[in-house]
Amino acid sequence: MGPTRLALAYARRRPLATLLVILLAAVGTAMVVLTLAVSREIETRLTRDSEGIDLVVGAKGSPLQLVLAGVFHLDVPPGNIPLAAVDELRANPMIAQAIPLALGDSFRGFRIVGTEATLVEHYGGRLAQGAMWSASMEAVLGSEVARATGLRIGAQFTGSHGLAEGGGGHGDAPYRVVGVVAPTGTVLDRMVLTSIESVWDVHDAHHPPDTQGEAHDHDKAKAAGPAREVTMVLVRYVGPLAAASLPRAINSSTNYVAASPAYETARLLTVFGVGLDLLRAFALLLIVASAAMLFVALAQALDERRYDLAILRALGASRGQVAWVLLSESVTLALAGAALGWALAQVTLSLAGAWFPAAAPLAETAWTLRGSELWIAAGAAGAGVLAALWPAWQAYRLDVAATLADA
Amino acid sequence: MFELTGVEHRYGATRVLAVASWRAQGGEQWLLGGPSGSGKSTLLHILAGLTTPTVGRVVVAGQDLAALAGAARDRWRGRCVGLVPQKLHLVGAVNVADNLRLACTMAGRPVDEARIRSLLEAVHVADLAHRWPRELSQGQAQRVAIARAVVNRPALVLADEPTANLDDAHAAVALELLRTQALEAGATLVVASHDARVKPLLPHTYMLPARVAEAA
Repeated sequence: MGPTRLALAYARRRPLATLLVILLAAVGTAMVVLTLAVSREIETRLTRDSEGIDLVVGAKGSPLQLVLAGVFHLDVPPGNIPLAAVDELRANPMIAQAIPLALGDSFRGFRIVGTEATLVEHYGGRLAQGAMWSASMEAVLGSEVARATGLRIGAQFTGSHGLAEGGGGHGDAPYRVVGVVAPTGTVLDRMVLTSIESVWDVHDAHHPPDTQGEAHDHDKAKAAGPAREVTMVLVRYVGPLAAASLPRAINSSTNYVAASPAYETARLLTVFGVGLDLLRAFALLLIVASAAMLFVALAQALDERRYDLAILRALGASRGQVAWVLLSESVTLALAGAALGWALAQVTLSLAGAWFPAAAPLAETAWTLRGSELWIAAGAAGAGVLAALWPAWQAYRLDVAATLADA
Repeated sequence: MFELTGVEHRYGATRVLAVASWRAQGGEQWLLGGPSGSGKSTLLHILAGLTTPTVGRVVVAGQDLAALAGAARDRWRGRCVGLVPQKLHLVGAVNVADNLRLACTMAGRPVDEARIRSLLEAVHVADLAHRWPRELSQGQAQRVAIARAVVNRPALVLADEPTANLDDAHAAVALELLRTQALEAGATLVVASHDARVKPLLPHTYMLPARVAEAA
């Protein structure tokens, strides 16, 4: 029955206040842990999806849009560029690899990407079932597409315009599934892969009147004449020196835009960062409220326990020991809140992973204690110390004789 | 066992206590008498090392208290002094047995479970060991407070008005318990009381004068 156990006994004596303090600290901590996990996952995913892609070359327009469309497949492309641009880029000695992409259609929200087999290799993909496409209108599904749509080898499907579900369709030009790629943990898992020729063939067979907006830039391109086009080219440099001159050269001397995924990703993270910072600020506010609640509870308890503390001193406790009774109670509650909050966050991550396939990578990170989370525990302990500082100081300088005489 | 020489205590310029000389031997049992306001509690606190007298020398169990300060004095008090305060005041957040365990740990002593059990039996509250203090009657709480005061076998047991608010029967039981337990622990007992019922039961008396207070 030392000071720490006594502190816990005091906490148990006022269960409602104790519970409220722990819950506030837990919710605040859980929010901090969750925002950290989400921002970490966003950063990891963006980095992983853009890894090994030094430059995206596409039609004139927003570089961010070009990267969002060509690397993360989250936006529509700004337009098309001539197929000849691919050969021009491949002829450039500063370029080690150029992978063309032909975009425009999607299947149940998953983008149909006309490309070459090198794109699969680039993301480290390997076939889990079937074979790679070898003819027009053959398609290979990313693992997430196969899981979500339930399509199997030999199944047929038709694409629809644009990236969102429900766009106008290409019912007369069905694709046939010939393979499924094993999970890579990259954007490849969410792609329907086919040859560039397939995309051209779909739109050669289907020439509706000029469709509205972004979704069908390739149709417009087809209607313009026989010259083939692609939507963009993913470029990998030969060496780092290319980064200094190649983007500038492309932007100044061609009709294309060269966008750096690294730079645009950093910009994107800045935008995400504001929202995450706001969430974190709110979470910290909850933790501060918990510390304030703790302070009020301890300050009130100090009045009730004045005589207890005097008795402890009469029994031989030092000033430091009676101050520690209050400090340890406060720190214990704050740490309990932090631990509960961490556990709540892990449960939330696990459940999110189970309920939402897109959050599955988040669930994989659950129940792993990270260095940054240890800092949260240290912060909670610090908040506990701060909350108890004044009450503990009052306990430290308690006049034992006067208190016993007043009783 | 203890010796006070030329002890005075003042609050500001007002002298509230004066003890020219008081000496007690080990195992003696004393009544510290005097009317209300005569400084009995202050003198108990001086003997317990809780209050430092303005002037004078206090030696308890061979220790000059002037030579002790801070945590060292607290440790000495935990080892050498057992206090039964007037309001008893058991720590309400823990049960009866834990109140005795607290007395051990606060004094820096190991918890002697056998001693705690035998003491609770001796003061007839063994069956209440797991009860909360708020569930005890006044008499039961007093017995626990007495057990708590002697659990560390202190050299000096101090009791402040232990019979206040008790009827004759309970007052006699409380005093008898105090005397027995102090004797069993080999401690010197000082009972501060203005209760006339106490005097016949204790062999030695030190009386404080009615009006010590005067401007210095």
